[in-house]
Amino acid sequence: MILNHKDNVATALCHLEAGDILQLRIGERTLEIKLRAQVPFGHKFSLAQMAPGSPVIKYGEVIGTSTEAIQLGDYVHVHNVASARGRGDLAKVMK
Amino acid sequence: MSFQGYRRQNGSVGTRNYVGIISTVSCANDVTWWISQEVEGSVPFVHGQGCAQTRPDLDQVTRTLISLGWNPNLAGVLIVSLGCESVLADQIAAGIAKSGKPVEMVVIQKVGGAKTAVARGSSLAQAMVAKTSTLRREEFADSELVLGVKCGASDTTSGLAANPAAGATCDLLIDNGGTCIFGETTEFIGAEHILVRRAATHQVAEKIMNVVARTEKRAIAMGFDMRGGQPTTGNIAGGLTTIEEKSLGAIVKGGSRPIQEVYEYGERPQGKGLFIVDTPGREPEFLTALAAAGAQVIVFTTGLGAPQGFPFIPVIKVTANPATYERLPDHLDMLVNLTGHTDFAETGRTLYQEIVEVASGKQTKAEILNYGNFPNIFTIGPVI
Repeated sequence: MILNHKDNVATALCHLEAGDILQLRIGERTLEIKLRAQVPFGHKFSLAQMAPGSPVIKYGEVIGTSTEAIQLGDYVHVHNVASARGRGDLAKVMK
Repeated sequence: MSFQGYRRQNGSVGTRNYVGIISTVSCANDVTWWISQEVEGSVPFVHGQGCAQTRPDLDQVTRTLISLGWNPNLAGVLIVSLGCESVLADQIAAGIAKSGKPVEMVVIQKVGGAKTAVARGSSLAQAMVAKTSTLRREEFADSELVLGVKCGASDTTSGLAANPAAGATCDLLIDNGGTCIFGETTEFIGAEHILVRRAATHQVAEKIMNVVARTEKRAIAMGFDMRGGQPTTGNIAGGLTTIEEKSLGAIVKGGSRPIQEVYEYGERPQGKGLFIVDTPGREPEFLTALAAAGAQVIVFTTGLGAPQGFPFIPVIKVTANPATYERLPDHLDMLVNLTGHTDFAETGRTLYQEIVEVASGKQTKAEILNYGNFPNIFTIGPVI
């Protein structure tokens, strides 16, 4: 499921396997994606190439920042996305 | 649309007709519980606060206990006090009595200990039940409904379908002249810019920004990444990656109407429409905040399956995760279709119908199970 045409991640509405090929409609255009990893139900995968430090977008809004390069069809979760909020760990470093 | 409710002396309307046995302090919890077990038609409110705390927290506990006593689902209240606690039982009883409902009190240290307190408290509660149980349901317009909205044990399906459905229901109720209350300020973090656009006034917008900043500051002060605590371990297993993602999915449960005011924990909103109560989203504390705010029915969306109800508020459990709905039939009241739709008007109407039926007396799964007897009151400072 893609919630907004600005999104660079989509949510899997069923369990998806690495190698699955998906045809996705984003607004007017169609995107073909070959998944590079398993994506469990309700989890996310990438709709675009992202350099490290890129905004990750869902609901048309920024939900975090990529911590490494993300390829089209990559599984997107806590291993490659960081939150910008509630980061007491970063506040400590800044002291 | 209309529902069948109980008329209270102060003009509010209950959807249930219980006598509340309210503990003033954690030390009075056992007696409170025993009395509630003795007396059919009574419900307990036990919690972990009320003593050895700083003034702001003692005031917050006092305010919350008074507001709980005002909840229209309670026909009368028995206060159970230990006797030496920091909060003042007399002040709480007097505060509740202003609502016009009968209030009685038993003080454990005065009456000679737990056994005597249970005996005396049970007699007082029995007499109140005998009197208040003669009240019959009457028809009221749905504009009298005060709906609390909460999400818990969320996964990505919560933000995709269950919360938008709850939001559509809130919009319907507000358009019909009713009231909705939401909160869970931690889950505004990363989505506050959207809520601010819906503030009825500039002052309300400022309050929203302030409560979010205050909540985030408390989390940051601990010196760790909030992730794992928020989003929770279960949220992450359910596919939620960051607090921003969780928040963007969470705020839609409050619908799309203007936000009229932001209230402190334990306060009772005045007037009708959509309100925020500033409190973290953890179940024991937040359900209490909704009850204190005067909610007579709560809609609780969940992804992974949160079981909590509340002692005197019917809590309707809604999920959009079909596996959860199948796995936890004892806990879940309603399944929302997840199949990629974006128009929740129809689902909102179905949920609205369910709310009206529950308000009129239909039992929710949490009520049938009698699950949710251990709520708490949110406090800020240390135990001292």
